[in-house]
Amino acid sequence: MNLFGNLTLSAFPHDPIIFGATILMSIVVIAVLSILTVKHRWTWLWKNWITTVDHKRIGIMYLILAFVMMVRGFIDAAMMRGQLAVSAGSAHGFLPPDHYDQVFTAHGVIMIFFVAMPLMFGLINLATPLLIGSRDVAFPFVNSLSLWLAVSGALLLNLSLSIGEFARTGWLAYPPLSELVYSPGVGVDYYIWCIQIAGVGSLLSGINFLVTILRMRAPGMTLMRMPVFVWTTLSAMSLVVIVFPILTVTLALLFLDRFYGMHFFSADFGGNPMMYINLIWSWGHPEVYILILPAFGIFSEVVPVFSRKQLFGYTTMIWATVAITFFSFIVWVHHFFTMGADANVNAFFGIATMIIAIPTGVKIFNWLFTMYRGRITFTTPMLWTMGFISTFTFGGMTGVLMAIPAADFQLHNSLFLIAHFHNTIIGGVIFGYFAGLAYWFPKFFGFKLNEKYGTYAFWCWVIGFFVAFLPIYIVGLMGMTRRLSHYDITTGWQPFLIIAAIGVCIIALGGVFQGIQLYVSFRDRKHNKDLTGDPWDGRTLEWSTSSPPPFYNFAHIPTVHGRHAFWDMKYGEAHMRPQHSSYEDIVMPKNTPLGFIIAAFALVFGFAIVWHITWLCAVALIGIIASVMVRSFDQETEYVVSAETVALIESRRHKTI
Amino acid sequence: MNDLTLHNHHLKADARTVFGFWIYIMSDCFLFAALFIVYAVLHNNTFGGPSAKDIFNLPFVLVETLILLSSSFTYGLTMLAVHHHRKNTALILIAITILLGLSFVSLEINEFSHLVNEGISWTRSGFLSAFFTLVGTHALHVSLGLLWMFTLMIQIVDRGLSPQILRKLTALGIFWHFLDIIWIFVFTVVYLLGTL
Repeated sequence: MNLFGNLTLSAFPHDPIIFGATILMSIVVIAVLSILTVKHRWTWLWKNWITTVDHKRIGIMYLILAFVMMVRGFIDAAMMRGQLAVSAGSAHGFLPPDHYDQVFTAHGVIMIFFVAMPLMFGLINLATPLLIGSRDVAFPFVNSLSLWLAVSGALLLNLSLSIGEFARTGWLAYPPLSELVYSPGVGVDYYIWCIQIAGVGSLLSGINFLVTILRMRAPGMTLMRMPVFVWTTLSAMSLVVIVFPILTVTLALLFLDRFYGMHFFSADFGGNPMMYINLIWSWGHPEVYILILPAFGIFSEVVPVFSRKQLFGYTTMIWATVAITFFSFIVWVHHFFTMGADANVNAFFGIATMIIAIPTGVKIFNWLFTMYRGRITFTTPMLWTMGFISTFTFGGMTGVLMAIPAADFQLHNSLFLIAHFHNTIIGGVIFGYFAGLAYWFPKFFGFKLNEKYGTYAFWCWVIGFFVAFLPIYIVGLMGMTRRLSHYDITTGWQPFLIIAAIGVCIIALGGVFQGIQLYVSFRDRKHNKDLTGDPWDGRTLEWSTSSPPPFYNFAHIPTVHGRHAFWDMKYGEAHMRPQHSSYEDIVMPKNTPLGFIIAAFALVFGFAIVWHITWLCAVALIGIIASVMVRSFDQETEYVVSAETVALIESRRHKTI
Repeated sequence: MNDLTLHNHHLKADARTVFGFWIYIMSDCFLFAALFIVYAVLHNNTFGGPSAKDIFNLPFVLVETLILLSSSFTYGLTMLAVHHHRKNTALILIAITILLGLSFVSLEINEFSHLVNEGISWTRSGFLSAFFTLVGTHALHVSLGLLWMFTLMIQIVDRGLSPQILRKLTALGIFWHFLDIIWIFVFTVVYLLGTL
């Protein structure tokens, strides 16, 4: 038995670009570690962040993960656009095909699993318990475990950059290309295990938030009084619980094919590659709704607050959400109409796909009618929302176009498709989460974000988006297929691809403005302070507590009498804001390092199995099981915060107002 | 904080845990559903190798089934004993359940090694890959359930029948009976329909 399995020195980088990236990553890691050591921040980090079970801190860490990975995912995108702008005719660009294939695979995996998902879970973590008037999530320890599993998955993916390689298969690793015969390297194994580890975390979060929403709402908050964001989260989390097991199975079977020589998806021995594509898309299509539904919820919170009207058509909004949740299960075949299914099968899935446009249209009109005759204030959350409505509607239309199977035969795997889904994911998901960030930022950090730089960033993103992706639509219609790293000059694609690359630069400028916005807001935080806890004159419960909220969120669990719980407290006549003279003891969960430790073992396991280091796999598995057992034997998982402590914290807050 | 409020807090938390566990079971249901679908798609893809008819020994699998079903029965009796606060009876019944579970897993390992020794392994065909994976995933679940049961047994010896233990035993019970139901489907879809 070899001590290092298949890992040899040749796994370390030789290519200058990858070598440079490795050096850069190491410098950043060493710099962060030395700052922590010099400033004596290790204990602080361990006590307040690594072992925390507080949903607000976990949410913030999810957001940090998302932004770090977004930098890498964006660099990948910029490299691809740069390559395509120059790689025509006799010029071959700066990326060899072999490296280009890894870049587009990594870009997709990073943006979906390690940017969009952590952004979503970050915002859900931050907002949901506060919106339903709860002190934490149902299972705080599981929440910390989910976060650290997502971090482990991201670390494993980043390790693949320096040690070995990443998959060259595209972000869903279709077999038979992803089988051992055609992808003999470790790339696909890294792919499988970074997603498996993060995926288990997502599944656990799904269960956690379902129970939180269904069982921990403040008294009086019936289902039809829940804020729309809570409803969309509930729907998205139901989707997570149902479809993530399918992803787990699909990737596990691909692993069994590669590792044990099984024949699920191989081209011979009775395997069936198309089964993989059906399975992965029966996860993959609901997945895009998992990402977009919470964003829809954010818009439904933002629009009424900044139009100073209540939401138009709350009930239809809820039913539209439920309808989208249901239909998202029966459209997966539209990702591969060209599979060769019967015309009737394709017609069914085409029609089902078009039907989804109806509830989505209902939502769009509800937002528009909410704005109609409202007193709109053009703050950054509202700008992102309005940018979303126009951009997303555009992207939705191109989607309906491709839902026609006959048209899809032309457009399948062309750049038109790429432009379509970037249109919905950037214009829908990313704009939505940016709106949510700008909206809830003062709640969690105690100061508002700078509006001027926020506006600059918004315009750069919107304009940059259209400059980058309209040309991509056009070259798609001209016949350019996805995943090309080089093309002939006579195709006439180059001018469009150069414009697209300029668009990416404009988006990058938007990112720079967001960085400046964060810095300036932090520098001037004394002036932008949110002392009241209610900077926007909000309608929902999160604005009824201080900014940032105390670790127990609410000194008194609020009682809810209507859909606009906090609005009723502030302005309602029937339900005056309750006055409490005394405080009560509060039970809170204790911090624990076990989530972090289990996830660390999971990372070791992932690395060991990628490189076939048998003994290390065994050690890591035993470590995971032992840690779970330690948790099971732990009886003291909660502690009591005395009423005096609560009174002290609350009176300190009231003095500052 | 007085004892009553704390007690109420724990009651609510325990009910939440059990509810969360039901949702986990639902997700596990989808995991098995995916594996059953894969088996259904591949069950005729024998690629010239042995088919279901050639390799299954129904009486043997019936014994396995009866053993697993009895383990569910003894687990039910365990819960009855726990609710009547009979610690020793509960411990004996859990021990019997573990023994039955262990015999089920060892019979399964026996069946698998028997097949592999005859050259009928998972590398032979798509059908055999699906068979070994579906039945193997069930066996893996049973094994983890046994490990869990063993852990709870130690906790009962150590701490008696506390409300915490009751909550954990309830969750384990849901898991154990769920695995029984999955096995009924395995028995029907894989073995009975396969040998028809």
